[in-house]
Amino acid sequence: MKSESRGLTWFSHISLFLFAAFCLIPFVLLISASLTDQNAIVAQGYSFIPHKFSTDAYDYLINRGSDIARAYGVTIFVTVFGTVAGLALTTLLAYPLSRKETPHRFLIMFIVFFTMLFHGGLIPSYLVYTQLFEIKNTIWALIIPGLLTNGFYVMMMRTFFQTTVPPALIESAHLDGASEYRTLWSVVLPLSTPVLATVGLFTCIMYWNDWQNGMIYITNPDYFSVQNLLNRIMQDIQYINSNMAGNAGEALSQMPTDSVKMAIAVIGVLPILVAYPFFQKYFIKGIMIGAVKG
Amino acid sequence: MAQAAATDAQQAVGKEPRTNRYRKYAPLLIMMIPGLLYLLINNYLPMLGLIIAFKDVNFSKGILDSDWVGFANFEYLFKTSDAYIITRNTILYNLVFILLGTVLSLACAILLNEIKNRTLLKAYQSIITLPHLISMVIVSYLVFALLSPETGFLNKTVLPWFGIDEGIMWYSETKYWPWILTIVNFWKTVGYSSIVYFAALLGIDEEYYEAARLDGASRLQQILRITIPILTPVIIMLTLLNVGRIFYSDFGLFYQVPLNSGALFETTATIDTYVFRGLMGTSDIGMSTAAGFYQSIVGFILVMLANYIVRLKNKDNALF
Repeated sequence: MKSESRGLTWFSHISLFLFAAFCLIPFVLLISASLTDQNAIVAQGYSFIPHKFSTDAYDYLINRGSDIARAYGVTIFVTVFGTVAGLALTTLLAYPLSRKETPHRFLIMFIVFFTMLFHGGLIPSYLVYTQLFEIKNTIWALIIPGLLTNGFYVMMMRTFFQTTVPPALIESAHLDGASEYRTLWSVVLPLSTPVLATVGLFTCIMYWNDWQNGMIYITNPDYFSVQNLLNRIMQDIQYINSNMAGNAGEALSQMPTDSVKMAIAVIGVLPILVAYPFFQKYFIKGIMIGAVKG
Repeated sequence: MAQAAATDAQQAVGKEPRTNRYRKYAPLLIMMIPGLLYLLINNYLPMLGLIIAFKDVNFSKGILDSDWVGFANFEYLFKTSDAYIITRNTILYNLVFILLGTVLSLACAILLNEIKNRTLLKAYQSIITLPHLISMVIVSYLVFALLSPETGFLNKTVLPWFGIDEGIMWYSETKYWPWILTIVNFWKTVGYSSIVYFAALLGIDEEYYEAARLDGASRLQQILRITIPILTPVIIMLTLLNVGRIFYSDFGLFYQVPLNSGALFETTATIDTYVFRGLMGTSDIGMSTAAGFYQSIVGFILVMLANYIVRLKNKDNALF
């Protein structure tokens, strides 16, 4: 019996190790490809160990990288602003819904919940945002459509408030003369950091990774986020030249095209890979919280 | 102040007159205005916008002034083979993702549960959930590094091992894509959903296993006779909820990973990519609005149906 159990443990380790390797390997290929000499790529293709090591791709990107810096600026602004605004909007909706005293709270709950069941879909949303509110080619196009798309977060936060903040505490804050806003800010929120962190983290990741809104609403390269820039370059590697200063023809002939393509993806994904070890704990906890019904 | 507190205590919620209640809790109602306004614009207005499926969309005339055409858009859509292809692809991919995906994630969760070393457990968990964190644009680059016809790892390194030197034009051969997309999907989602099952596993009382061990049950028997039966309600619920979303697809997976290659339409187009291409002007906008409408309505019916079935089995597991 004991040896069977040990066998199972070994089997688990081996399987999970292989699965983990399968998850990581594509990143290794990407990074290695970005560090390979252009001619070696043309001859031998992308490989896990550079046939000939070279940082040409990164030198090239650093020299002509104003677009990349700008795209990073857009992404960071959108992520920070979107996360703060989204979190505020979610909290302000979830808190009154968690209070028994709020008039019509079940009706409002239903209004929130119904958005999770039924969508108008892409084209009607596009028409609303472009015809009624002209957000096309503005920074708002990258922020507004994502603010509160997930009614699930509202439900999750509401449940958290209901189960972890004792009503007596809220009542005593009121007795001390605190307004509803004051109570929310100084009593409820300090007790609710776990749920704020989870929703904030997931909102933040959503904004960082978003390419869809950019693809739908943005045609002006000034407002390209990192993801949109990557998307554009994948479709058209020449884009990186045509859109930057200098003699395009000459530049293209010097550009280590195949490694640049990989290098720019590395630049796009590196911040996440570097930051991941620091927030993985919360990420996994968040998945688990989401797993238990909101 | 003291007086206000006294009236507070006197008046149990619900017994106070309506106008008073509104006045008293006005701050709570006002608090919700921004969120509700947002839902109105972002979610409810587009629902009304579904009527454009019955119009001949003409951007120069404006949407409201476009001509009504009744069911013409739907007639066109269902006359072409497009409707069949996108529906078939959406449903078949989802079925494979749901069935095989459940088995794989469950297996992975059970394996995770066998790991007693905390550090390694944490490491496995973090690594297998990493793909879930990466945007589909990045994923399309990762896949491109493997599949690029001229420089990809498969064509340049793997295939020559087997004596195939000419290489495969991955991005124009439809027959490989059901495999590629399925693998990419599992790469991205199995780790994530195994954590969901793992969370449920953690909730199982250790006493069951204790008792089974005393009775001489092997670890494998414990898994088959305790773990899986206890997880069955969770499995059924998650599966039914996924079935309810069978009309929706991961747009990024089907659009970004095949690099929006028109040649791959046959095996990579889903309802979502079809609607998007209509909007971008690369396929007919009328038919796309009809496809969007079709997806919203059928999708809604399926979600309701799935929830109804979950409810029949177990009220607590239902979404609502």
